[in-house]
Amino acid sequence: MGRYVVRRLLQMIPVFVGATLLIFLMVNVMGDPIAGLCGDQQCDPATAAQLRREFGLDKPVWQQYLTYMGNVFTGDFGTAFNGQPVTELMAGAFPVTIRLTVVAILFEIVIGIMLGVITGLRRGRPVDTGVLLFTLVVISVPTFVTGLLLQLLLGVEWGWIKPSVSPDAAFGELIVPGLVLASVSLAYVTRLTRTSIAENKRSDYVRTAIAKGLPRRRVITRHLLRNSLIPVVTFIGTDIGALMGGAIVTERIFNIHGVGFQLYQGILRQNTQTVVGFVTVLVLVFLVANLLVDLLYAVLDPRIRYA
Amino acid sequence: MRGATRHATWAACAAAVALAAIGCGGGGNSGGASGVFSSSWGDPQNPLEPANTNEVQGGKVLDMIFRGLKRYDAKTGAAENMLAEKIETSDSRNFTITVKDGWTFSNGEPVTAQSFVDAWNYGAGLRNNQKNAKFFGYIEGYDKVHPDSGSQSADTLSGLKVTGPHTFTVELNQKFSTFPDTLGYVAFAPLPKAFFDDHAAWVSKPVGNGPYTVESYTKGSQMSLRRWDGYPGDDKARNDGVDLKVYTDNNTAYTDLMAGNLDLVDDVPAAQLKNVRSDLGDRYINSPAGIIQTVAFPFYDKNWDTSDALKVRQGLSMAIDRGQITNTIFQKTRTPATDWTSPVLGAEGGFQDGLCGEACSYNPSKARKLIEEAGGLPGRQIKLSYNADMGSHKEWVDAVCNSINNALGNDTACVGNPIGTFADFRNQIGRHKMPGPFRAGWQMDYPLIQNFLQPLYYTNASSNDGKWSNKDFDQLVDQANATTDQAKAVRLFQQAEEVVRDNMAAIPLWYQNGSAGYSERLSDVALDQFSVPVYNEIKVS
Repeated sequence: MGRYVVRRLLQMIPVFVGATLLIFLMVNVMGDPIAGLCGDQQCDPATAAQLRREFGLDKPVWQQYLTYMGNVFTGDFGTAFNGQPVTELMAGAFPVTIRLTVVAILFEIVIGIMLGVITGLRRGRPVDTGVLLFTLVVISVPTFVTGLLLQLLLGVEWGWIKPSVSPDAAFGELIVPGLVLASVSLAYVTRLTRTSIAENKRSDYVRTAIAKGLPRRRVITRHLLRNSLIPVVTFIGTDIGALMGGAIVTERIFNIHGVGFQLYQGILRQNTQTVVGFVTVLVLVFLVANLLVDLLYAVLDPRIRYA
Repeated sequence: MRGATRHATWAACAAAVALAAIGCGGGGNSGGASGVFSSSWGDPQNPLEPANTNEVQGGKVLDMIFRGLKRYDAKTGAAENMLAEKIETSDSRNFTITVKDGWTFSNGEPVTAQSFVDAWNYGAGLRNNQKNAKFFGYIEGYDKVHPDSGSQSADTLSGLKVTGPHTFTVELNQKFSTFPDTLGYVAFAPLPKAFFDDHAAWVSKPVGNGPYTVESYTKGSQMSLRRWDGYPGDDKARNDGVDLKVYTDNNTAYTDLMAGNLDLVDDVPAAQLKNVRSDLGDRYINSPAGIIQTVAFPFYDKNWDTSDALKVRQGLSMAIDRGQITNTIFQKTRTPATDWTSPVLGAEGGFQDGLCGEACSYNPSKARKLIEEAGGLPGRQIKLSYNADMGSHKEWVDAVCNSINNALGNDTACVGNPIGTFADFRNQIGRHKMPGPFRAGWQMDYPLIQNFLQPLYYTNASSNDGKWSNKDFDQLVDQANATTDQAKAVRLFQQAEEVVRDNMAAIPLWYQNGSAGYSERLSDVALDQFSVPVYNEIKVS
C-alpha cells in the first residue's frame, strides 16, 4: 500500500509539469496582456514596457515558465494585474468553491445513490421508469437553463431564496446553486448505481447472504451496496475536479465569487499569473482525488489489494 | 443582519427548498431601515489609485471618495471650482492655482497645495506604473520624470512649484487654454501623506477627501462606503452610505433588483432592454453619456490612404442605416451620430448637430455609386474587426455589415472579424496589424471638445489608433490650444472637426446612453455624463 502511494505520487510529477506547461503556453499564445490594461486607449510605451518588465513578460516564454515554476515551489504564485497576490485570490475563491462542491457532492451521494438503489431494486416498476425519465430530462437540459429557471422561480417569483449569493457564501445559500451544479452528475450517479445494483442483485454472494437469513437491510447496505459502489465512487472522484473547474456557469448565474469567477476574469484580462495559478491548483485537486478514489477501492472491495 | 440570525433564516429556507416544502419569506433588504443602499459594481481592473484608474468601475469609487480642484456639473458638464479658489493665467501656459482653505482628508490631514503637487508627481513618475501618467504630459519636466525609454532622471515635475501652503504654480510645455477644465479628471485628485507613508495599507482601504469614506473593502466582492460627517463641501451625501457589490454578471444584478435584493443597477443588460420599461416604469433611466462609437481605419495600410479610399469611407458611412440599428438592436439606448463629439457637450461646448451632413445619412444608392467610382472596396472585401468577449459588439457589427452588403448588393462586401479577447484586440491595434476597419469607442475623460478630437486624430496622439495624420487638423488644434479665449478655442476645434469630416477620418456611428434602474426605496437617482450614478444626491426612504 505504502509503495503504491509513493509510486502514484511520483507519477504525478510529470503530469503536473506537463499540464502547467501546456496552460502556460496556451495563455501566452493569446498575446500581450498589457495592451488591454489601458482600456480603449493606447498604453503609453514607457509604462507598458515598465509593466512588462515587472511581470517578467519581456523574457522568453521558457524562461518565464522556469521562473514561474521556481516561484511556485516556494509558494509564490505571482501577482494579478490589480495588484493582489494570486495566493490571496485563491484564499478567497477556493473555500467558496470547495463549499459549493461539497454541497454538490453531498447531493450526488445522498439523492443520487438513494434513487439509484430504489430503482435498481425495483427494475421495470413505475418508480424505475419515472426516475429514468426524470434523469433523462435532467441530463438533456443544460445547466444554465436549470440555473436561470430556478433563480427566476425561487428567487424572483416566489421569493424563497435570494437570487444571488452574498460574499460570505454560507452553506445555506449554496444549496440551490449546489443542486444546479450537481444536477447532471446526479442523474449519472443514479443511473450508474441503478445498473450496478440490478446486476449484483443476482450474484452468488447476495443470494448466499439472503439464504443465511440476514435482514434485508443488512444485505443491501453491507453486501449489495458496498460492491456496487465501485463504479459510482470512480465517477464521483473524477467529478470533484470537474465540478470545481466547471462551476463557471453556475457561479456566474448565482454571483458566487469562486474559482470559476476568478478564472473567467483571468482569461478575459489575459492574466497569465491568475489563470496558470488556479489551473495548477485544479490539476493538483484532480490528481489527489484520483489517488483517493483508487485507494477507496480497497476499502470497498477487500479482494483488491495494492502491491 | 450578519451572523446567526441570517444563518438561521437560511438554514430554514434551505430546509424548505430541500424538502420542497412551502413557505419561508424572502429575507428582506440588507441594511434594514437605515439610509444605506446597495448598488451593483464590477471588480476594478487596476489597483485603486487616482492616476492608475482608467475604467468606470474604479472611477466610480474614486468619484465618491475624492474631490479635486474642479468638478463637472452632473447636468451640464461644466467644470466648476471645487477645491480651487481660483486658477489664474495670462498666457495659457503658466497657471497659478489657489486651493481653498479648510478642507481636510477624512483622516484629519489638511488638503494643501503640497497634497496636489505630491500626487501629481507620483502620478507622472514612470516607476509608479500609473496608467494615466500621460495626463501630466503637458506639464514642464514630464520628459524627465516619464521618459519614452530608459529610467526616470527626476522625481518631481519641474513645472510644479509650491509657493505657499495653499498656492502652487503650474508651467506647461505648450499653450493649453482649456487646461483648467481638465483638472476635474480623477487623475488630478490630491493625495494624503498616508498614501506615501504606507502605500499597501492605503490601497487596501483608500482615504480621500470626498463625501464618503471607505468603511470596509473586501477585494473582488464588496466595498462599503459611509457618509463622512466631517465633509466640508456643499455636496454632502444625502444618504447614509452605499454598499457596492461586485456582480459576476449584470444579468444577475438585474435579477437581484427585481427580487428586491439590490437597490441600484447602473448597467441594464442588453437582453433586458425590451422589458425594462414594464419591469421598472419610471424607475428606469436612459440618459446621454459622453461616449461615441466609431469605425476607425488603418491609415498605415496603403490601400486606405489614397484619394479613392476617401470616397470608399464616405460611401461606407452612407451605407450604414444608423437609425434602424439603434432602434432594433439597442432599443433606442443609442442615438445616431451626426458629428464626432457628443451631445453632452452642449452647443456651447462644441457639439454640432448635423455637422457630418449628407455623409452620415443613410443613402444606399449614393453609397454604391461612390464606392463604384472609387474602383470598389480595397481588397474587394472589408473585414470589420471587434473584440468578441465583452460589450455585445457582435450584434451591431453584423448589422452594420448587413446594411453595407444590402447597399452594395454584395453579400460578401463586409464581414465581421471577431477577435477573442479585448487584450488581443488592443494588442493587434497597437501593432498596426488590423486587416481593415475596426470598431473604436471613445469615452470622454472630461467634457471638452478637445478630448473628443485631439487624442484621437492629432498626428501620433495617444489614441490615434489608425495613425491618421493631417497638417490642417494639427494646425487648427494647436491654434485652439494657444488661444486664451475659450469660446474662440471651441470654434477652432469645430473647424478642426470639419477637417475630420472632409477626410472621413473615422465613421461616426452613434452616441451612447447610460442606463440604470433602481428600487422603490430610492429617489433623486440620476446619471452624470460619464454614465455614473450621482451617488451623493440619492435619497433613501
